[in-house]
Amino acid sequence: MENNLLSLIIFAPLAGAAINWFVGRRVRDERFIGVVACGSVAISTTVAFYLAFNSAGALRTETPVLDHIWTWLQVGNFRADFALAMDRLSGTYALFITFVGFLIHVFAVGYMHGEAGFYRFFAFLNLFMFSMLTLVLADNFVLMFVGWEGVGLCSYLLIGYYFDRTEAGDAAKKAFITNRIGDWGFVLGIMLTFFVTGSVSFFANPAAGEAAHTALSFFRNQPVETFTAGAIFAGGATSIAVLLFIGAAGKSAQIPLYVWLPDAMAGPTPVSALIHAATMVTAGVYMIVRCSEIFVHAPTAMFIVAIIGAATALFAATIGLAQNDIKKVLAYSTISQLGYMFLACGVGAFVAAIFHVITHAFFKALLFLGSGSVINGMHHEQDMRRMGGLKKYMPITFATMVTGWLAISGVPIFAGFFSKDEILWKTWSAPAFSLPSTGFSKFLWAIGALTAFLTAVYMTRMMVMTFWGKERFRETHDSKHQEPDHHHGPVEPHESPWLMTVPLIVLAVLSTVGGFIGIPYALSSSFSNKDVNVIEHTLEPVVAKVGESPVAAEGEHGAVPATEAAHATHSAEEISAERILALVSVLIALSGIGAGWLLFQARPLLQMPRLLENKYYVDEVYDAVLIQPIKAGSREGLWKLIDIGAIDGLLHSIGEAVTEMGRLARYLQAGFVRGYAAIILLGALILIGVFAYLGFPGV
Amino acid sequence: MEPQLSWYLALSAILFTIGVTGVIIKRNIIAMFMCIELMLNAVNLTFVAFASFFQDVTGQLFVFIVMTVAAAEAAVGLGIIIAIFRNRESLDVDEASILKL
Repeated sequence: MENNLLSLIIFAPLAGAAINWFVGRRVRDERFIGVVACGSVAISTTVAFYLAFNSAGALRTETPVLDHIWTWLQVGNFRADFALAMDRLSGTYALFITFVGFLIHVFAVGYMHGEAGFYRFFAFLNLFMFSMLTLVLADNFVLMFVGWEGVGLCSYLLIGYYFDRTEAGDAAKKAFITNRIGDWGFVLGIMLTFFVTGSVSFFANPAAGEAAHTALSFFRNQPVETFTAGAIFAGGATSIAVLLFIGAAGKSAQIPLYVWLPDAMAGPTPVSALIHAATMVTAGVYMIVRCSEIFVHAPTAMFIVAIIGAATALFAATIGLAQNDIKKVLAYSTISQLGYMFLACGVGAFVAAIFHVITHAFFKALLFLGSGSVINGMHHEQDMRRMGGLKKYMPITFATMVTGWLAISGVPIFAGFFSKDEILWKTWSAPAFSLPSTGFSKFLWAIGALTAFLTAVYMTRMMVMTFWGKERFRETHDSKHQEPDHHHGPVEPHESPWLMTVPLIVLAVLSTVGGFIGIPYALSSSFSNKDVNVIEHTLEPVVAKVGESPVAAEGEHGAVPATEAAHATHSAEEISAERILALVSVLIALSGIGAGWLLFQARPLLQMPRLLENKYYVDEVYDAVLIQPIKAGSREGLWKLIDIGAIDGLLHSIGEAVTEMGRLARYLQAGFVRGYAAIILLGALILIGVFAYLGFPGV
Repeated sequence: MEPQLSWYLALSAILFTIGVTGVIIKRNIIAMFMCIELMLNAVNLTFVAFASFFQDVTGQLFVFIVMTVAAAEAAVGLGIIIAIFRNRESLDVDEASILKL
């Protein structure tokens, strides 16, 4: 189904960016710039909701809404269009990106008040929305990669927004370069996909004359590859999936490429909320779920995804325990939650991953914006050791952040509980498809549960240090952490303006009720027989299922109807097991909060293990193992040896040889005409001699 | 006794050698120029001798072409000689050795 409105979703923010860049920089009126920025995103939001929910909307039918804008590349049988597609998956993504993005834009108008680069900030922010929506709505890998790079660029620009600060510039470069490593894998994955399938499209669009099968549907009839390490290098689905995951690990900050995300907090807080919590970093999850058809044919790749996801979740959570910068805590928390999502992907629970992406977008955006409100109210103080007792001064921020805190900790009825519980349950009950044994799923579950406990602990620590306890912000501070550009005298906190609190309230409501779209049958069945797991029914048809034999799928053209599939799995033992696990999740969350409360309520400045505070020295290790050797190799090898020695040396010696030959040849040009005549004569005689001796050719 | 082809060729070779020797040993530009003409005409003699010997008119056609070119060359060469003389008041080629006037 074609609908040209779809392009409006991406082009409205692009127009907003252009207006703010070219007009806003001259007008320099915050109201104008704010209205343009928020207005363009509001248009996107409205259109996205309309296209998703109208009678033939993307979320209500099984056929995607397509918009073929122009044929972009066509070389031989390689074809990549500038075409958009909104199916149930990209529609879901587009909805929360535009909506959360809109709220963050509104918040940013308040947060960035008085900044000199106001127009620049909003131009970049709108450009980011354009790129992100292009990434999500792209109907082929190549256009998706354009959006992928676009968000990387905007991330770079916005992390480095305070470009006069060294650490912001360094952080921006770090983010960009680390992402390059991931993009390398992504590009290779796209190429391999094309070589294997002959297509880069996600959706068949016969009207536009595309290939009969798409890059994804090609795999539907392929046999599942074996679960061996050798499959990674075999050049089939597993190789593609691993390469794509390298891309996802870069963008979504997974081990070993996560190091850029904590540093990215050098950007303004709305950027952290929008790009580094709610939307961009979940692009990797989106990509994997989009390519779930490939991944379900590649159990080895899924195993890698699950392991990396679980490891990242636990690793980042432990670091998050010991950070003192409020935004750093949230950054490590984001990495940890992203690890959860990858864990879900790795065990085949793609829907649960997307569900967690959505709820995470709500509560993490809320927490980041809340921290932004705190930072704003504290006059740009980010160190929690100098906060405390803020609930009296910032009641709205406090109340909203409490919901975010409860949501991320996994307290029931809040959004995070349902999605996290879903992931834990799916991990527990994962089939042995992508794992060495079913026992291994229990091990992954234990890591997830431990992470959930740690999450509750460090979030409680953050809340306690910020909002409860002694008011530490009036104390004058010793010079231990003195930084020249930070404000360090005693400050008087204040509540933020309504532009900032209203988005907080909206997000707080969503963080509270957002989980109701995915209540598992096991829980809802105790109240009514109706299955109310909306998110699962919505996404089931567009996501490939693990272990579906390729022969069975052949006859039916795709997935079985969603309701049947969902109901078929509800056996009595599973329901009771799921309920028990949900109870365990609740206990973990509450005990985590309790432990955090007991530990930090009385001693908010409790010294944490130095190993954790210093992030396991990963940055230092990377610096010593990778960066310094590369620098030394570049300086001594590439620069001094190759560039100066070989390349410059070669060019210089060519030049010198020419000069030298010219110097010799100059002696021939004596200027004596008779000398030239003699030389000509000599030459003629030699030629004649040669011919006389050898005979004339051809005679 | 009929004139033989070799006679013509021998005469041509003698004329050509005189021309070459003249170009190399003479310092006067006019004399060198005349020696060049001598060489050209020695070649012309060869052409017509061969043309007559092989009963082929092509050689005679070449002579016309050579004469035309020689005429053009004479015009240009004399012009250059006059220009040199006006600048240097001399026709010694060894003095005209700095590649510019």
